[in-house]
Amino acid sequence: MNDPTPAVICRDLRKRYVTRGQPPVDALVGLDLTAQVGECLGLLGPNGAGKTTTIEVLEGLLEPTSGDVEVLGMRWGVDDEPLRQRIGISLQETRLADKLTVTETLKLFRSFYRNGCDPAEVLEVVSLDEKRHARLDTLSGGQKQRLAVASALVGEPELLFLDEPTTGLDPQSRRDVWDIIRRHKERGRTTLLTTHYMDEAERLCDRVVVIDRGKAIAVGSPSELIHRIGGELVIQFSLKNHKAVAAAEAKLFSDLPSVRDCHCDAGGFTLTVGAPHECIPALVERLSVNHLELTRLTTRHVSLEDVFVNLTGRRLTAEELADKAP
Amino acid sequence: MTRYHPIFELFLCRMRMFYREPDAIFWTYGFPVLLTIGLGVAFRTKPPDKVQVAVQDAPELREIRRTLESDHSFQTLVGSVAQCEAWIRKGEADIAVLHSDGVEYRSDPTRPEAAIARLRVDEAIQRAAGRTDAVAIKDAHVTSPGARYIDFLIPGLLGMNLMGGGLWGIGFVTVDMRIRKLLKRLIATPMRKRDFFLSLIGSRMVFTIPEVLLLLVTGWLLFRVAIEGSLVNIAIVAGIGALSFAGLGLFLASRARKIETISGLMNAVMLPMWIFSGIFFSSKRFPDLLQPFIQALPLTQLNNALRAVITDGASLMSQWLPLSILAAYGFVSFVLALRWFKWT
Repeated sequence: MNDPTPAVICRDLRKRYVTRGQPPVDALVGLDLTAQVGECLGLLGPNGAGKTTTIEVLEGLLEPTSGDVEVLGMRWGVDDEPLRQRIGISLQETRLADKLTVTETLKLFRSFYRNGCDPAEVLEVVSLDEKRHARLDTLSGGQKQRLAVASALVGEPELLFLDEPTTGLDPQSRRDVWDIIRRHKERGRTTLLTTHYMDEAERLCDRVVVIDRGKAIAVGSPSELIHRIGGELVIQFSLKNHKAVAAAEAKLFSDLPSVRDCHCDAGGFTLTVGAPHECIPALVERLSVNHLELTRLTTRHVSLEDVFVNLTGRRLTAEELADKAP
Repeated sequence: MTRYHPIFELFLCRMRMFYREPDAIFWTYGFPVLLTIGLGVAFRTKPPDKVQVAVQDAPELREIRRTLESDHSFQTLVGSVAQCEAWIRKGEADIAVLHSDGVEYRSDPTRPEAAIARLRVDEAIQRAAGRTDAVAIKDAHVTSPGARYIDFLIPGLLGMNLMGGGLWGIGFVTVDMRIRKLLKRLIATPMRKRDFFLSLIGSRMVFTIPEVLLLLVTGWLLFRVAIEGSLVNIAIVAGIGALSFAGLGLFLASRARKIETISGLMNAVMLPMWIFSGIFFSSKRFPDLLQPFIQALPLTQLNNALRAVITDGASLMSQWLPLSILAAYGFVSFVLALRWFKWT
C-alpha cells in the first residue's frame, strides 16, 4: 500500500462524446483516481455514471478529451506495447468466438504475450479444467465470464482490469469470480474493477471510488466510507397512508435520539442511527402519539448503498437512472 | 513450455471457426458445385433438331414416305392434305410433301428452318431416287471441346466464387468480430495488428485452394471441361484474384458496425459484377459505350485472365494487364482498409 509508484494514476480526466446533430455528452468531468500496487480498487456507481468510460481510458482503448493518465509508470501512446504486455483486460460483454474450445481460446490469448502461464494452469484457477474441450457456445453465462477473466489472466498481468465482471451472473457464479479476483490479489497484484453491486465492492475491494455523473464523489475503503456517514445501523419502515404522511411529516423523525440522517422516498422512511437501542423505543412512541400505524420495520447495517444515497440523495439502483454514456 | 506463435494461433483459430460452421462450408464449397452442375446440365450440348416433315397419305408418295421414315434426321407426320396444311400453319411441321402432278413441297418461306428443311428433304428424296454427287466431298466436324457453354461457364463461376469468398469471407467475418467486440478484445492484448491481418488474409487464401480445385474437378469429371493451361498459372491467377477481393472485403468492412451495413455494401459492389463481368455470358455483348466501365471492374479482369489461362492455355506474361489491374485493386483497397480500420 505504501509503494511509491501507484499502479494507476489519473488526474482531471475529461471525456466528451460528440455525436453529429446531438448536444455533446460529458461522460467524465474531471475525474481523479489512484490505484496502489497490490490493491483491489472498485469503481462503484450507477449505469451511465462514467465507470466504463473511465476504465476504457485507463486501458488505452479510449482517448480522453483531456487529463493525465499513468499506468504502471507508463503512458498510452508512448509505451503501448510494453503496457499491453503487463496488463490484462476483461471487457464488458465480449462474445468470444463460439466455435472455438476453451483451450483454443486461451492458447490464442496466451500467444500474444511474451510471458505468461500455461493455459491449463489458468483453467484450473478459474475452475474450467473440466470444460477445456468444450466449445464456447455450450458454456453457461458464468463459465463464459470465467473464461473471459481467464483470457485476461493468461498473460500473468501485474494489473487486471475487469469491467462489470459479475453483471448478469447467478450468485454462485459471482462468488466464483470473486474467488478468482481474490487469488489474483493474494499474489500481490493489482485489480481495478467496475461494478454497480454494493456487496461486490464491500466484499472484494480494498478501496472504492464512488463515481457519479462523470466524477469521483468519494474515495475510501468500504468501512471508511460507511463510518464517514456516521451511523452504524439503518432502520427502514413504512406507514399506512405512507404518501400522505411522507409529504407532510418527513422531518417528524429527524430529531429522534442518535438519528444522523433521515430520508424518505416512495418505499418508506430510512433512518441512519448511531444508537438503535435509544432510537427504536423513541420511534415507536412517536408513532403512537401521532396515531401512525407501521406496516413494515426492518433494521440492517449501513452499506455502501446508504453511502451513495447519503452523497447523492438518490439510490444506486441501475433502473432509476438513464444511460448517459454511449 | 511450448512457444506460442501469434500468427499461427490466429490462423488456426480462423480455420477452426470456418470449418466448424456448416453454413459457411456449404456456401463456399457446396453451392458453387451445385450451381455448376445445374447450369452445366441445363445448357448441355444437344444433337441438332430433327426436321419435322409432313407427308400426304397418298399411294404415289409411298416410296418417298418410306425413305423419310427410315432416315433418323426426319420426324415424319402422315395425313391428309388438309392435315398437312394445318401442321405447317401451326409450325408443327417445317415442310409438307404433297402429291399433285408429281411431288410438291409446301412450306412457309418466311421461316428460316423451312429453307433448311426443304434442302434436306429434297436431298434425301433425290438421293434415294439415284442422284449422285458431281463433286466428291469429305466432311470434317469441328465441335471442339473448349467452345461449349460449360467451357465458358466454369472459369466465370470460378471468378464469381473468388469474389464472393473474398468479400464474404473477409468482410462479413470482420464485421461479425467487431459486433461481438472481439476486435476490441484482441486490440486490448499486445497482439500486433499486422499478425491479425496476415492471418485473416492467409486463412482466406487457404480456403481458396479447395474452392478452385472442386470447381475444376467437377467441370472435368461431369462435363469434360478441359484445362489447357498449367495448374501453376491457374493457381497464380486465382491467388491474385482472391487477394484482390480479400483486400476489397477488408476495405468494405473497415468501419461497418452492423451486419446490414456490410451486407448492403457487399451486394452493391457485387451486383454490377454479376451482371457485367462475364460470368454467365460474355461481357462483350454489352454496348461499346459501357465497355470502359465493364473492363474497369476487377471481376471482368479476373474472368478474362481465368478464361485465357484455363481455356486457351495462355501464358502468365500475356495476362499482365488483367493481373496488374487486379493487383492494383487489391493493393489500394488494402492500404485504405488499414488506414480506415476501426477496432472498436
